[in-house]
Amino acid sequence: MFRTVKELIELAELKDTSIAEIMIEREMTLYELSYDDVFNRMQAQLVVMEEAIESGLDGVRSVTGLTGGDAVKLNAYLTEHEPLSGPILLDAVSKAVATNEVNAAMGKVCATPTAGSAGCVPGVLFAVKDRLKASREDMVKFLFTTGAFGLVVANNAFISGAQGGCQAEVGSASAMAAAAVVEMAGGTPEQSAHAFSITLKNMLGLICDPVAGLVEVPCVKRNALGASQAIVSADMALAGVESVIPTDEVISAMYRVGQRMPVAFKETAEGGLAATPTGKRLAREIFSNQTTK
Amino acid sequence: MGKFQSVFDIIGPIMVGPSSSHTAGAVKIGRAARYLFAAEIHYVKCHLYGSFAKTYKGHGTDVALIAGILGYNTDDKRIIDALSHAHNQGIHIDFIEDDSAVSHPNTVRIEVMNATDHLELVGQSIGGGKVEIVELNGFNLNLSGNHPAILVMHNDRFGAIASVTEILARYEINIGRMEVNRKDVGKEALMTIELDQNIEPEVEIALREAKHILRLAKVVD
Repeated sequence: MFRTVKELIELAELKDTSIAEIMIEREMTLYELSYDDVFNRMQAQLVVMEEAIESGLDGVRSVTGLTGGDAVKLNAYLTEHEPLSGPILLDAVSKAVATNEVNAAMGKVCATPTAGSAGCVPGVLFAVKDRLKASREDMVKFLFTTGAFGLVVANNAFISGAQGGCQAEVGSASAMAAAAVVEMAGGTPEQSAHAFSITLKNMLGLICDPVAGLVEVPCVKRNALGASQAIVSADMALAGVESVIPTDEVISAMYRVGQRMPVAFKETAEGGLAATPTGKRLAREIFSNQTTK
Repeated sequence: MGKFQSVFDIIGPIMVGPSSSHTAGAVKIGRAARYLFAAEIHYVKCHLYGSFAKTYKGHGTDVALIAGILGYNTDDKRIIDALSHAHNQGIHIDFIEDDSAVSHPNTVRIEVMNATDHLELVGQSIGGGKVEIVELNGFNLNLSGNHPAILVMHNDRFGAIASVTEILARYEINIGRMEVNRKDVGKEALMTIELDQNIEPEVEIALREAKHILRLAKVVD
């Protein structure tokens, strides 16, 4: 059992295994399940993620019309141009956007760790899988690795925007994804932790300020950028770059920042982008349409 | 032990968007009210606090709570139309935005009732679709949510607790944790019992028929 990232890394090193295997083992012990039970359930989550990406790439639009269709644009650009940021990075962006557009349209997604941040992990996973020659099994394990880091964050800080701002949601999601990319690319557990820290440190203080209280603006694009920085952080960690501040201290810093964050910036739609003239106008228009419907 | 134990609390649930706390979590709290009430529901009153009160329309928290009341799961496509489904079933619904201070930003107090019965619970959506029921009919609850549990409302009389534990012992069901609360001496009381396994229907029937037992509800997951 692990309660901190330090304990998680020590366990993986002690047993000379991956973080994914530590997570699977813990789940088996805790719920008295077989390896296959645990593995197959995660495989089912993977299928939902894949379907959400496909449906987003086909094109969806939310009820309000605020979001939708950007995944299609990104995908077209990807096929017709050589993106400045590289094909893998922009592919992650397009798939993260696809997932969150489906979420905003009340389609089916898998929360990772939340629905508002559901794009980061699958966006990154489906963008790097071919390059890293990942099998279906590797992809399922990727999700267990993200889950292991996510559990530590959820228990030592928070994963909801209402409690800790967007740093707790997209911040956690992209950091989890970064750690799992490192493992999939053959990095050490220690390097996974560095990738996680590098990512979350860059997200500290990010507020949750959804326009009209909807998980659309700016959530969809924050997932896109969260996915891209996960891959950049993974590359940094694989290059040997280390986080000066240890992961568990980064997580507790995120917690303390979230605690002191004003309520206006914690999913109340009262601050930040929600409180801009355009944000307020959109909220008025959306809700007046709803009441006349 | 932390509040989040399973990896599927983090990678999951599978759900209809847009928000795990405001949509999926709300469905789960609504379901808890339905199953704890365990009778036909004619009227639902939801008091929303904190972020729930501020953003429930945008997040579909209203439709999600009612979807839960109707027994839908977090990934049910019918969630979006739950209000009209409830209306068609003759269920009357009220939402009240309450600006009272609460310990968690995503808090809802649900009252469900029919002509003869009334139940009130307070639920909190703590992130990623995970929820906690913190109050039931005025009793503070302390459910970890990591084990199956049974909630037994009973009269505070000699032998009420013994009759329940005796039945569990007879069916060889192990109690992991147990808590008893009462409103006042001799008045209504609540037993919260966390178990290592789900109980079979015959155990449930035996418990319902035990001395001084008023109401029983199962909490699975």
